[in-house]
Amino acid sequence: MELTELSMLALGEKLGSGEASSVEAVRASLDRIERLDGKVKAFLHVDRAGALVQAEAADRRRKDGRRAGPLDGVPVGLKDLFLTEGLPTTAGSRILEGFIAPYDGTVVKLLRAAGTPILGKLNMDEFAMGSSTENSAYFPTRNPWNLETSPGGSSGGSAAAVAARMVYGALGTDTGGSIRQPAALTGTVGLKPTYGRVSRFGVVAFASSLDQVGPMTRNVRDCAALLQAIAVPDPCDSTSAPLKAPDYLAEIEAGVKGMRLGLPREYLELPGMDAEVRAAVEGATRALERLGATLVPVSLPHTRYALATYYLVAPAEASSNLARYDGVRYGLRAGDVKNLLAMYGRTRDQGFGLEVKRRIMLGTYALSAGYYDAYYLKAQKVRTLIKQDFVEAFRSVDAVLAPTSPTPAFRIGEKVSDPLAMYLNDVFTLPCNLAGLPGLSLPCGFTRAGLPIGLQILGRPWDEARVLRIARAFEREHDFDRRSPPLGAG
Amino acid sequence: MSVSDFQPVIGLEVHAQLLTRSKIFCGCSTEFGAPPNAHTCAVCLGMPGVLPVLNEKVVEYAVRVGRALECRINPVSIWARKNYFYPDLPKGYQISQYDQPLCEHGVLEIDTEDGPRRVRIRRIHLEEDAGKNVHDAGGGESLVDLNRSGVPLVEIVSEPDIRSSTEAAEYLKALRDVLVYLGVNDGNLEEGSFRCDANVSVMRKGSSQYGQRVELKNINSFRFVQKAIDYEIGRQVELIESGGKVAQETRLFDAVRGETRSMRSKEEAHDYRYFPEPDLPPLRIPEGYVERIERALPELPRARLHRFTASYGLPAYDAKILVGDRALADLFEKVQSAYGGPAKKLANWFTGELLRLLKEENAELGALRFSPEQFAGLLKMVDAGELSNNAGKDVFAEMFRSGRPPGDIARERGLVQVQDSGAVEAAVDAVLAANPGEVEKYRAGKKQVFGFLVGQVMKAMKGKGNPALVNAALKAKLGD
Repeated sequence: MELTELSMLALGEKLGSGEASSVEAVRASLDRIERLDGKVKAFLHVDRAGALVQAEAADRRRKDGRRAGPLDGVPVGLKDLFLTEGLPTTAGSRILEGFIAPYDGTVVKLLRAAGTPILGKLNMDEFAMGSSTENSAYFPTRNPWNLETSPGGSSGGSAAAVAARMVYGALGTDTGGSIRQPAALTGTVGLKPTYGRVSRFGVVAFASSLDQVGPMTRNVRDCAALLQAIAVPDPCDSTSAPLKAPDYLAEIEAGVKGMRLGLPREYLELPGMDAEVRAAVEGATRALERLGATLVPVSLPHTRYALATYYLVAPAEASSNLARYDGVRYGLRAGDVKNLLAMYGRTRDQGFGLEVKRRIMLGTYALSAGYYDAYYLKAQKVRTLIKQDFVEAFRSVDAVLAPTSPTPAFRIGEKVSDPLAMYLNDVFTLPCNLAGLPGLSLPCGFTRAGLPIGLQILGRPWDEARVLRIARAFEREHDFDRRSPPLGAG
Repeated sequence: MSVSDFQPVIGLEVHAQLLTRSKIFCGCSTEFGAPPNAHTCAVCLGMPGVLPVLNEKVVEYAVRVGRALECRINPVSIWARKNYFYPDLPKGYQISQYDQPLCEHGVLEIDTEDGPRRVRIRRIHLEEDAGKNVHDAGGGESLVDLNRSGVPLVEIVSEPDIRSSTEAAEYLKALRDVLVYLGVNDGNLEEGSFRCDANVSVMRKGSSQYGQRVELKNINSFRFVQKAIDYEIGRQVELIESGGKVAQETRLFDAVRGETRSMRSKEEAHDYRYFPEPDLPPLRIPEGYVERIERALPELPRARLHRFTASYGLPAYDAKILVGDRALADLFEKVQSAYGGPAKKLANWFTGELLRLLKEENAELGALRFSPEQFAGLLKMVDAGELSNNAGKDVFAEMFRSGRPPGDIARERGLVQVQDSGAVEAAVDAVLAANPGEVEKYRAGKKQVFGFLVGQVMKAMKGKGNPALVNAALKAKLGD
């Protein structure tokens, strides 16, 4: 079996026993990237030399008996939103073209401490705004299951790289579904942790009160292991909770017997819901029931306001977060301008793509004098109601089950000119961000056309361990994590 | 109609830098005068991905200010983003407080022509400073220095309780004194660590309806505050009297021309799009925190002024000079405690000799070479007649420069007066014996000769005779 077919933990074991070396694993990944990424287009930047240097260091640690942990030497990729000292960090935008990060973000430091060589930076919708990776200023990424379709977004490069076995695992970020939706569309596992579980320091900000970093992997156990490496309280992030993470692998095999799992009425009644997706998700809930869980109908009545709420809160914060890209200190600066105002205008006009501009305008408007109360403040109030829906639901259930995305992967170009259709792709994932909850997507079936379908599991705040346990119970009984996309030999 | 028919209404907004060692949201130094951009990091440069972490010392200092100004300290206050574009503002927004500031409803007492007045403080909030744009640096380019970016500020906003430019200056001085006493600000208007904007309006006397207010910016000295406000009052009155209307606008004070001019109108006013800062949780003040800070507050200037006049019996004039500088007043109290003589006498030495020498030698009160005990010792020597007042001043000057004990200086320079009455009498006898003619003249009624004889005795004693003893001995011998 090729090394690249191994999961993170399986590779980690081989590295620990000396059956394989990290340098071999990195070389295998680099070869695969070389062969396949011309088609998939997941990478914005491959750090060949850096990854090999880190792999050599990992191999030395093993020889010296100083292995850093179960993932030491296991190569990963990073969404290009994570600042990595000395490497390009573009956030998928022209405005940061050529920008070399001056420091490592907290999760990057944690990965380095865990010993995972970083293969490179992965494609994404510009500033994480999008659901298809088509909003990347550089190129769209393709779904390894069908190259004519999108891998979803915004962490589409990360999802595609994991699905195509070019990386063993990756980090993404999720503001409204940007980890879970691409995970669903590529047949991978993606987890958005509880807001505050993972540090945001050194992650290019989109919407500060919603952004959260999370793992994207081939299976649930890898997801737990990668979360373990990054779920560390950070004094550099004032919204990072001072809570020590539990051992996520400890009870991951304990099953769902006796658990109460909620099925929100409102979710399956959504118009526009794909029939195959509905069937697969319903099948998955019945599977969990067979494994000993009790299914309980719950109501999340304010779900129908989630989209509107999200598209006020997120753009408002984004309009402020993206003000720093002004051409003064770093990144793109438009040339040939006569004054300051022209420099700002031209730089931002040339540097930002359409969707980013659209959201900056939406957000600026929502925060404007005279509109603030009607839009931003109202949205914050509805956000509180959405949170309360979940608090209420979690009184009677241990977790909530839902589809991740209403449709399987869609064709590239199909929705990019219709922002509302694109936004609707996130209806099932947005409430989780607005409520700050942990949410995981794992494959629960395939369409007749061979496209993956995702099941979403939402947990109580800080209850990632239970979410992982439910996911693992389902995964163990199926083979979806062992299926590979039909990419051929390249 | 004229200016005297109108009542000015003034409110002041003061931005004061807090003297913490590091910035408000990162660990960079706040030191003034470093090379451009030397005190910067990813956070205060507004790099992608950075997040603010609050410096707790800033909260402590702000609570000190709040309680010194009798404010209510809100147990929960909210950080907000103030959004605007400017090259000296790296993130494109300033982290400040808006809806719920840290301190509210305070008061500052000032002296006015009609006696003391309590000016109400509306609010005090925390925020970060911006950097500095440097124009005309050559090459037709403007440069940005971000050393000041992220330096902590308190903004202290008064109610419109001030009624003249003189009162405005009084308020600013009183406020500065309080901040300096609290050890949280250096009170330096010129370096920009204490900055002031004024809201000025006028209304007809007897009216209760405030006029349209105008915001004045760029007032960076106490002198300018008065000039700017007076100019603006005159401008508004003239406008109203000529049938015009005061427009809502922001005006800039031009110190060179001594006038204000329009900077931006209401229509051009910024919409700062304030919203709660999502990167910082609300600021919560723990129980007992305010009380703990309050217990450690120093005596404030007005209380000290009162004590200096009441318990030292100093004239208000002297007390004001001493209390106006916390270090000066501290030194005064130390010397007085070692001296124990009349406080007014010591005050004269302070306002005369000490202040003059500090100025002449360009010296700092914090770096004096002599001790309070040495200063007191010198005064005691003068009081005991061992040193003449003039010799005392010479010794003081030397002590000021070298820090050597006053007794040593006086002896070395031969300035100690002879106190031995036997020696004085012997000298008097010798002088009288040597000048029989003069003695004759004196006894015949030519009293001016006395001065000549005193001079002869002092000369014989090489100037060290105690003048009082010499006079007394001469008079006795001459039979007066």
